[in-house]
Order: sequence, then structure tokens, then C-alpha cells
Amino acid sequence: MRTVFKTSYDADINLFRHGTQAAWYMALLVLAVVLPFLLSTFAIGEATNMLIWAIAGMGLMILVGQTGQASLGHAAFLAVGCYANVLLQERLGLPFLLSFPLAGVIAGLAGVLIAIPTTKLHGIYLAIATLAVSILADDVIVLAEPLTGGVMGLYAPTINIFGLEIDRYVNPDRFYWLTLVVTVLVILAYRNVLRSPLGRSFAAVRDSEVSAKAMGVNVARTKATAFGISTAITGLAGALMGHFAGIFNNETFNIIISIQLLLMIVIGGLGSIHGAFFGAVVVALLPQAIAISRDTVGGLLGTGSIAIPGLEQAIFGAILIVFILFEPMGIYGRWVKIRTYFELFPFYRRDMFRRQKSYLKTERMR
Amino acid sequence: MDVLQLFVSGLANGCVYGLIALGFVLIYKATEAVNFAQGDFMMLGAFIALGLTNEQFMGLPFWIAVPLAIIAMGVVGYLLDMLVVRHMFGQSQIAIVILTIALGFVLRFIAGLIWGHEPIALESPIAGKEVRFGGLVLGLDEVTIIVVTLILTVALYIYFNRTKLGVAMQAASQNQLAAYYMGIPVKRVHSLVWALAGAVAAVAGILFASKGSIDPSVGLLGIKAFAAAVIGGFGSLPGALLGGVIVGLIEPFASYYIAAGYSQLMPYLLLFLILVFRPHGILAQVHAKKV
Repeated sequence: MRTVFKTSYDADINLFRHGTQAAWYMALLVLAVVLPFLLSTFAIGEATNMLIWAIAGMGLMILVGQTGQASLGHAAFLAVGCYANVLLQERLGLPFLLSFPLAGVIAGLAGVLIAIPTTKLHGIYLAIATLAVSILADDVIVLAEPLTGGVMGLYAPTINIFGLEIDRYVNPDRFYWLTLVVTVLVILAYRNVLRSPLGRSFAAVRDSEVSAKAMGVNVARTKATAFGISTAITGLAGALMGHFAGIFNNETFNIIISIQLLLMIVIGGLGSIHGAFFGAVVVALLPQAIAISRDTVGGLLGTGSIAIPGLEQAIFGAILIVFILFEPMGIYGRWVKIRTYFELFPFYRRDMFRRQKSYLKTERMR
Repeated sequence: MDVLQLFVSGLANGCVYGLIALGFVLIYKATEAVNFAQGDFMMLGAFIALGLTNEQFMGLPFWIAVPLAIIAMGVVGYLLDMLVVRHMFGQSQIAIVILTIALGFVLRFIAGLIWGHEPIALESPIAGKEVRFGGLVLGLDEVTIIVVTLILTVALYIYFNRTKLGVAMQAASQNQLAAYYMGIPVKRVHSLVWALAGAVAAVAGILFASKGSIDPSVGLLGIKAFAAAVIGGFGSLPGALLGGVIVGLIEPFASYYIAAGYSQLMPYLLLFLILVFRPHGILAQVHAKKV
């Protein structure tokens, strides 16, 4: 185990705790950059999909993992970002470089708009309110047909950055790099928010609203800000998702996507950027893994490939149940345990990460 | 007459929502947990009854199949709590919400695997018959739904407020540790209320399946019932019924008076308004603690 010898106040808030850690992340970044030269076109598409889910996951993570506000409605903001991006390009003729950040801003504003009336809600009520937002968004897309194309959907145009054409199907490598750039920017923004007073107040609100209030944190405004930042990032992910899918309609962003997004970051591990990425790996690769194993099993039994509807969601649900029962901190929590085991070898004890026994009280008495 | 017909069919729909909402409220009242799989419980209950009584499956008489299905769902509820949800004892509400959402996915898959994804109708003696009150022609299924729902709500209300076990359930939710000190076996009480919610879900499922055909994704109706529970006031049994009826009535009337496309929007719009202006529902159960 490495003990960091802190010689300045900055050591507490540095991006990396020590040089070795920085070196590892740089190596990971280099690997991510050269990935298109190593993988096939299909695999690059999957990697892009994973990165987009990771961005959306980071957006939700700011809200759920850092501020402790559950949202079951983030697909609505994916939709806002996606439609805003495409409509700005098609109707107003804005270039992608302008429409993309604007899509994030619009999604962020939409988030704040939703947050203002809902910040006084707690826990489960907030989850229900956001659930309603997600369902309403689905219906509104259908009703606003002149703008959104309704159930027919919209086509995402080819991205054009200063003459450089980026299309998911024509040049998937470029689209992958574009997504990677956005991912890195979002990670940096996420880290910087956490290092700032705002990030600290997020954590204060998450851990105890009463104590946060006592420390002078404006709880309602902090929640609304968290909502805004969270939905803005989610909106960016939505814009990329639109370009990735090529064609999208209300079904692309239905309530199931909202739920899946929340389940994803829980599987990955709440409260960390790593968690968003681990969760995204599971969500993006699970369908492929199921398809491959189905073909293998079918091949062994000689029955050919059998399609079982709903299998994907059921396996996803089963994985989640196992995690929430046996590893509530998700994949990242397990990774931290394994790492600690090797760092402390041979002094790791089983009870090091044991949860404290807790009892619930009703929320109906305040 | 048209309006009255609309009213009764809305009321019957609303009673089904109310019954699912009752299941939510039961579990919430006794364990502080919110069971997002309640809609899927209903679906499973309906399918168990259907599997027992329909000709193509087991072909038992309807009046034997119904109690069997209700008991089976009670057992399913009890076992689910004992084997899965109990591990989450004392954890935050959101963790249990996520767990039950995942459970719903799994239940939907299992039902699809056993009974297929094609809509099937329950062969029920109350389906498709008519009752006449004066000049008014009502479906027997609708009348049955309304009557059964009313009886069940009143019975559960009395049970919670008058019987020893009901009071123990409320105590277990208000403060788990204190309930232990009072000698209440909190974990077993939790399992019992899950069994009760399973049984209520089975009743809701059978009644719903009598009105039309069902398929495994019908559990998503739970979301609407959820809206109903919140509108009525989460944690209140009459509130659940009230919310269910409001949601059930608002839909047909919205599509009658406004436009068909907007009717499905209305329950959620109402939910949102209620949450903004009266966050704890019409019959609020939240009280400020007197110190």
C-alpha cells in the first residue's frame, strides 16, 4: 500500500493521487486512442456504444451517486439532448460544433425546470416524479409530431466538423474518436465539479440534508444545480446516441431505458466514475455476450440459435439482484476489495468492508 | 346514459388500479419499502389462475382455481421476502426499489417462458355477461370488480387499524428497532405482509384478466397504479383506492372530452401536479413530529 506524503494543500484535491496512478490512467487513455487500429469495425461500434452509455451513466451518477437523488427519468433528458441536437442542425442549420453543446445546455435547462418543483421531494417521491417525467416525455414526443416526427422518428444527419465528415457507418473510427473526446471532457468536468465547493456540497446533501443545511448549504439550489449538470451531461450522451443510432423515435428513449440507466450505475458501483464505466461495459456487452452464448449452446445441442424474448432483461435483472444482495457497492466495490487485498497482502481481513447494521424508521413522521 | 356508462367502466378500471395500489401501500405501510414489482405480481397472479382454470392448461373449475391462485401468490410473496428482500433489511428505500424493479424483469421473463407472450383470455364465468339496472346495461365483470375492491379495501382498513397483527405491522414500519424492543418479530411480519400483498395482487390479476386478455408485459400497468397510489396519498389504504378511481376515471373522460392521444398523458400530468402542490397526496399520511 502506498502512503501519499502530502506536502501541500493541493495534494488533497489533485486530479491524481500519485504519479503511478497518473501513469496508469495515461496508459489507459493511449490504449483507448489507438483502439480503432486494434479492433474490427464491429467491435469499434460496440466500444462507441459503451462510451456513450458511460457518458449517460456519468450524468446520472452525478445525481444519484454524488447528490443522492434517485432519478428514474433520465431517458427523457437523453431524448431532449438527442432531439435538440438534430433539430438545431436540420431546422436552424447550425453546425454540429454549436448544436452539440447547445443540446447539452437545453437538456440542462430542462433538468433545472423539472428540478425546481421537485427539489422539495424526498427519496421515493422524487423517483416517482421523475418516472412520470419519463413517461410524459415519451407521449409528448408522439404528440409533437410536426417537430419530432412522432413514431416515424427522425434521421440524424452526417456530422460535419470544418469539412471533416463523421458518419457512424461510413467512418466508424472517426465517430469513435469523437465520442472518446467527449468522454474525456466529461470525465474532466465531472472530476473538477467534485473538487470544487459545489461537489462538496453535493456530498453534504447526499449524506445528510439536515447537516448540510446546518453547514450553510442551500439544499434546494444544490439539488437543482446537480439536476442541471446531470441532465446536461445526459443530454450530450443523448445527442451522441442519436447519431449512433442513425434513426430514432419515442421508443428509443422509453421508460425501460431510464430504468436500465439507473440499474446500470448500481451494478457498476454508485458514487464513482469507474462505476459508470463498469456498468456501461455490462449494458453494452451483455446483448452480444448473450447472442454469442446462445449460438454456442444452440450449436452444442444441434438446435440452432433459439431466440427467447425478454432473456436479456431477465439476465440483466438477475445480475442486478445478485449484486445488490451480495455486493451493494457494485463492480467497482468488488474491484476496490480485490485491490486492497493485494495491497495489504497478507493482512486483509474479511470484515474490513463490513456494513454497519442499520434499522429503518418511517419517513412519514418528520 | 353515455356518460354514466363511461363512468362505470372508468370506475371498474380504476378499481383494478386501486387494487394494485393497495398492494403497494400494504408493503409500504408495513416495511417502508416500495415494491415496484407489484404490477408483475398481479400479472403472475392472473397467469397462475389462468394456468389452473383454462382448458388448454389444467382445466380446473374456476372457483377452485381462484383460491388456489390467491394462496399460491401469497406463498410466492412470502418466499420472495424470505429469500431475497430480507437480505436488504434496514437498507435504504432506493436500494429496495432497484431490487424490486429487477425482480419484475425476472418475473416477466418467467411468465413469458411458461405461458408465452401471446395475449390470453381468462375463462372466467363473470366475463362477457351483463347486468341491468333499470335502463342501464353494465358488464357483470365491472360490477364484480367494483364490489370486490370495496369489500377488500374496507377489510384491509379494519385489519390494519383494529387487529393486533395489523398494528404490529404499522409499528414495524414506524421504527424497526423500537418494534423489536416491543417483542414484534419484525422480519416475520415483513414476510407476512409480502404474502398479503401477493394475495391482493392475485385478486387484482384475476379481476383484470376477467375484463380482457393478458400478456406478460401487462405488469407495466403497475406504473399507472403507482401513480394512483401517490395521487391518493402513499401509505393510506383508502387513498390508494381513491387514487385508483381518479386515475381510472380521468382516462376515459379525457379521451371523450379532449382527444384520444392526450388521455394517457393525464394520469401522469395529474401525478406531477399533485407532487408539486401536495407532495404527499390527497390523503396525506405525513405528519410533523411533535417534540
